Parts: sequence; structure tokens; C-alpha cells
Amino acid sequence: MKTLRTFISLAMLFAAAVHAQVQTEKPPIVLNEAQEARFAAMLPNLRCLVCQNESLADSQAPLALDLRYEIRSLLAQGESDTQVKKYLTDRYGEFILYRPVIALHTYLLWFGPLLLLVLGLVAVYRFTRRRSAAISIKPLDRAALSKLLEDEAR
Amino acid sequence: MRYAIPIIVLFGLLALFVSGLQHDPRELPSPLIGKVAPAFSLPPLNGDTAQRITPDDLKGKPLLVNFFASWCAGCQDEHAYLLQLAQGAQVPIVGIDYKDALDDGRNWLQRRGNPYAQVLVDLDGKTGIDWGVYGVPETFVLDAQGRIIFKHIGPMTPQAWEQDVLPKLQGAS
Repeated sequence: MKTLRTFISLAMLFAAAVHAQVQTEKPPIVLNEAQEARFAAMLPNLRCLVCQNESLADSQAPLALDLRYEIRSLLAQGESDTQVKKYLTDRYGEFILYRPVIALHTYLLWFGPLLLLVLGLVAVYRFTRRRSAAISIKPLDRAALSKLLEDEAR
Repeated sequence: MRYAIPIIVLFGLLALFVSGLQHDPRELPSPLIGKVAPAFSLPPLNGDTAQRITPDDLKGKPLLVNFFASWCAGCQDEHAYLLQLAQGAQVPIVGIDYKDALDDGRNWLQRRGNPYAQVLVDLDGKTGIDWGVYGVPETFVLDAQGRIIFKHIGPMTPQAWEQDVLPKLQGAS
């Protein structure tokens, strides 16, 4: 029974392997030194959409291969980094950028922590002030107290 | 009363986290929603392979554009349901065979049945990139003007069809 199961799962594995994604042969794209440097600098900041916690620099997913090829060809055509990023975000959205843009819709993301810090500081300030106010002796009490002490001494 | 604010904060955070758990981080919102479908010029899988089909050829009525491949497991899962949808003939489905060997794609459809009104071939995956495809199967809903009005990621299911796609289609026509 166990051998049969092993056989079936192996058979299924091979059946699945028969159909593989086609990686078409494309001519390699030659970049000059400056373009190559920009290519290398850009990739770690771009997300692979298949394995989302890997960058396009690290990922071996077929889509990452294709996107690296597209980026190379855009750079070879003389496109700027901004233009390449726009090409990617136009298709895949801003999620492909590891570093979010600073714009109206990301203000909360960028400045939210600062806002929380300010709110926390305000809360601490008010709390400590209320506490110190509660334990300070009022002038009126002080007078009453010294009178009491005098009466006691007599 | 002393604990009112911490309790409100606690439940607020809980609500935030619970709603966060409902989201599937693998489902990315497409920036193409509401825009005209990206251009392509693709050969058909069967018939005259010298022919080129463009989005203009598909305009005129709402339709589905389904990226699939014979090597894709999720495509097998949705195939029976796509056949069922095609039989219902509510909306034509255009298939784009994504990065697939031509014979594999042809055999696959021959064996399992062809739900598509038309099947195109995206051999190098360039059209897939232009459409923001990152994991087949993906299904786009286009209105009669050729605008993308919805995108479903992953296998099409009766639930997704009724909850998400159908309302969009009804709004489009």
C-alpha cells in the first residue's frame, strides 16, 4: 500500500513536471558601466511580486527574470531610474517599491509614528502635571497647618 | 472610568488587527482598474498563427480575459468552472496562454475542453507584464469600451464569480 502511494505521488510529480513554464531565449542586453551600476543599485529596492519578501535582485522566480530583462532593456534605451520605476508601478502598483513614495496617500505611513510620539508626549506631560498638582500642598493648607502646629506647641 | 481610554484603545487595535487578517497579502490591487486595457498584438493559439489580434478586435461587449497556462496548477482548478461559465454564455472568455509551449497549450485545451471564445498566445510573457500579471491564473473583466473594470487573482470560483465579477458585469452593461 505504501509503495503504491509513493509510486502514485512520484507519478504525479513527473506528470506535473512535464508541463513547465517556457523561458524564451532572448538576446542578452549589454549595458555600459554607468547603466550597469544603476541596474545593480535599483534591484534591491524592488519587490519580487511572486515571492514577496525577496527583492528582484535575489529572486529566481521566472517573473523576476523577465522583469530584470525588461529593466535592462529600458536602461539600454536610455530611460531614467524614475521612468523605469514608473514603468513598473504603472503595471504592478506601488507595492513593487520597497521604499514607499512620499505623497498625500502615504503621509500617514511616513508620519504616523511621529504623530503617535507627539500624542504620547502630550499624554505623559498632562499625566505628570496632574500628579504633581495632586500632591502639592496648597498655601491655604500650609497656613492652617502651621497654626495647628503652633497650637500644639503651646 | 479610569480604564475607559485604555480599553477603547485596546479594542480599537483589536478591530484593526482583525480587519488586517482578512486581507490576503498575495492579492495586490491592480493599478490598471478603470483604465483602457494595455495594448498587445498576439497570435492565436489555433488556426492562422501569422494573424495578430489586438484589444481593438475584442471591443464592443463586456468580456473576460483569462491568463492561463498548461503548467499552472490553479488553472486546472478553475478549468471546470470556466467551462461551466462558457456554457452559460453570459460573457465571452478570451484566454491568453501565458509562457506556454504551443503544443502543451493545445493539448491541454483539447483534453480538458475549451472554454474560450478565442485563445491567444503570450509566449515571452511581455503582455503578461504589461497587464501586471504576477501569478496565473488571473482574470480581468473588461467593459464594452475595452476598459478593465475588475481583476480576479487566482482560480475563478463560483463564490468569486457571484460576489465580485457578476456585480461588476451588471454595472458595465
